[in-house]
Amino acid sequence: MTTFFDALAGLLVLTGCLLTLLAGVGLVRFPDVLSRMHAATKPQTLGLLCVVAGAGIRLHRSVDVWMLVLVAAFQLVTAPVSGHLVARMAYRTRHVRSDLLVADELRPDLEAAGIEPGPGRRPPRRGRQG
Amino acid sequence: MSVVGAVAGVLLGIAALLVCLRLALGPSVLDRLVSMDVLLSVTACGIGAYAAVTRDSTVVPVLVVVSLLGFVGSASVARFIPRDAPQQPKPARSRQPRQPRRPRRSRR
Repeated sequence: MTTFFDALAGLLVLTGCLLTLLAGVGLVRFPDVLSRMHAATKPQTLGLLCVVAGAGIRLHRSVDVWMLVLVAAFQLVTAPVSGHLVARMAYRTRHVRSDLLVADELRPDLEAAGIEPGPGRRPPRRGRQG
Repeated sequence: MSVVGAVAGVLLGIAALLVCLRLALGPSVLDRLVSMDVLLSVTACGIGAYAAVTRDSTVVPVLVVVSLLGFVGSASVARFIPRDAPQQPKPARSRQPRQPRRPRRSRR
């Protein structure tokens, strides 16, 4: 039984490391910020969860397992937030290649609101023209 | 289990090299930010794999710190990037005479 759990833990650790390697390959090969973020978020959540699960199986003292659960919870909460911030900043500073996009649902909304997305243009303030 | 450790080390090392390549090449700040994030998660995966292979539980608090540090770093850098970081040089702006300032309304 111990061998089985060790094999399971080893498999999970290797899966996590393989996902990290895939993120590295995608980061080098992909063309713009959004697609690189798509590659980069794989090891941040799934890869780290796999490695943490493997470590939890191998360590199996309750203090360590709880701390690993804490790591997984932090990562699941914080990775979408930082991804959102980076993607929003990429759109605003025009680091998105719009010829590669299949659908851009933000642009019609911004145009309807009278905001030109791009560098240096702020949304017009009330009470100040020109 | 030592075989797993060796293979994981090789995979993570290649991944870190590729990420460092993007970190050096990256055309914009955001590319470097994303690759720094991935480098931190490579670090976290390495620490977790070390803990799993050696059954050494002293590195687990370091894992907590690393996972928090990644969030704080990328969030603060993404927050303080200047919004009009130019990708290509801007055309020189012609100076226009200033319009007389109107009295400001109440501040929001």
